[in-house]
Amino acid sequence: MIKGMNEIFQDNEIIQGFIQAIELIISLDPDVIEITLRSLYVSLSATFTASLIALPLGAYIYFNEFRGKRAVINLLQTLYALPTVIVGLAVFLMLSRSGPLGFLGMLFTPQGMVVAQTILIIPLITGLTVSALSGIDREMRYTIISLGSSQLQSIVTILREARFAILAAVLLGFGRAIAEVGTVMLIGGNIRGFTRVLTTAIALNTSMGNFSFSIALGIILLSVALVVNIILNVVQGR
Amino acid sequence: MIEAENITKVYGEMEVLHGVDLSVGEEDILGIIGPSGSGKSTFLRVLDLIEPPDAGELSIFDVDVVKHSDRVVELRRRMGMLFQKPIVFNTSVHENVAMGLKYRHVSKDEIDRSVKEMLEAVGLARYIRSNARNLSGGEQQRVSLARVLVTEPEILFLDEPTANLDPKSAETIERLVMRMNRDRGMTVVMNTHDMLQGQRVAKRIGVMIGGDILQVGSPREIFYAPNSTRIANFVGVDNIHDGKVLGREHGITSVEVAGTTLYVGESPPKQRDRVKVIFRGEDVTIGVGETAQTSARNVLNGTIAEVSDVAPFVYVKVDCGFPVSALVTMRSAEEMALEEGTQVWASIKASTLHLIAESEESEG
Repeated sequence: MIKGMNEIFQDNEIIQGFIQAIELIISLDPDVIEITLRSLYVSLSATFTASLIALPLGAYIYFNEFRGKRAVINLLQTLYALPTVIVGLAVFLMLSRSGPLGFLGMLFTPQGMVVAQTILIIPLITGLTVSALSGIDREMRYTIISLGSSQLQSIVTILREARFAILAAVLLGFGRAIAEVGTVMLIGGNIRGFTRVLTTAIALNTSMGNFSFSIALGIILLSVALVVNIILNVVQGR
Repeated sequence: MIEAENITKVYGEMEVLHGVDLSVGEEDILGIIGPSGSGKSTFLRVLDLIEPPDAGELSIFDVDVVKHSDRVVELRRRMGMLFQKPIVFNTSVHENVAMGLKYRHVSKDEIDRSVKEMLEAVGLARYIRSNARNLSGGEQQRVSLARVLVTEPEILFLDEPTANLDPKSAETIERLVMRMNRDRGMTVVMNTHDMLQGQRVAKRIGVMIGGDILQVGSPREIFYAPNSTRIANFVGVDNIHDGKVLGREHGITSVEVAGTTLYVGESPPKQRDRVKVIFRGEDVTIGVGETAQTSARNVLNGTIAEVSDVAPFVYVKVDCGFPVSALVTMRSAEEMALEEGTQVWASIKASTLHLIAESEESEG
């Protein structure tokens, strides 16, 4: 017996899931909105905090000659691929009640998640900042010096010249933070209405067979990645 | 303005400059010529105080910069440098040109006025709001030049400034630099591998080969009276021959080259009878048939061994017992029907021959 189109739609879980997902997004489902906002809040905070540390650190590494500089840069590049669960585990141990920072009471809080993601992306933003500054070639540095800049003026000029590449470093850091699931799962604990974010919600709902909700959140996560990518493209075209 | 003595610069294991001496006076235009990799760029960076020398003494504006390294920024602000590669910053042309003035804390009105004026001088006023990255290579180099000149440097260093540029941009740059020298007394030190440019622009020329300046003199001296065969080779002297001084009478030196006696106007180098006799191909006149009545002291008969075109000239190599290379215009080569095997005479004025003492560097 040949099935009609409607029957295929009704039978197919994936297509059903997609349709319901679109409905969830269009109807601004409160759960979806709440989880999305929290995800953005946690990862944007982490990116901001990490940038505050990583940008000056990257500039310091680039502008100063010291022993082991090459090794530091290699280490940073290795840490680009730092496994998220390892960071999660380490931060968990630090923040757990018996850990050295247990008194802060940050385990299973959004603040704890921010800390973990910050640690996760500091190496990435630092390393990419060094690369961004290294993109300023030798002749340009000579030009800046020969134009009569003081040391501080040189640094400011080089940072300004590398501004788009540095912004790209920050965006890539944000991209890594919002897409990761390891640290937020371990540190946040995926508590509904408190520490549940896009990635942990997808993980949970998928394992529960609640595909439409997962797909809705997946679409949102992809959209965020897409927006970041578009900005990145515009920025790198400069 | 510049007194450099025994300047040495080492990168890792490689010594790029070996004890360079140079003195440049006010309002001079010194061209430094030399093959690529001879250390010219490094030397300019040392003089512009971008990099410190590893050894030697350097004084700029009568300040010993080795002792007073704290005054480097102040001294650097009285100088400027234009590099081979056009360098522009990722911002507007106006901002690019304003950069050096901002470092010097010049007022905004003053900057706007100077930048506009300078952009007019380099013919780029219409691009003042454009992003400098969007200009062509030649235009970018003119932006770079404007950025240097707007700071009114007392000494300007140019590192191969017109290599790979379109002729119009190259000419604008040369003209402007010469005008700044004439009108404002700006001292100029320019690296170039283009010997014609050296001749056109420079008042004096220094030859840098293998990390050392081997000779400094007027363009005429460098091209016609180089003091070593290495320099002679580099400045394109076509004829370099071993000779033996026979004597000097009535203001003429006789030198034997491969069994032939050549007459040379200048005195032989002191205490030497082994010399190199050199002369340029363009100073050799070639003729066929009856030897012309000529004032030239040296008229040699020979057979053409080789003819090669270098339009609009022709190189003719004549075997006169030793090879004599002559540069002949294409037109006269055609008129005389010069070809391999033709019997010709070659005449060379005594005044165009130059003698080099055959020193320890005779391996060149």
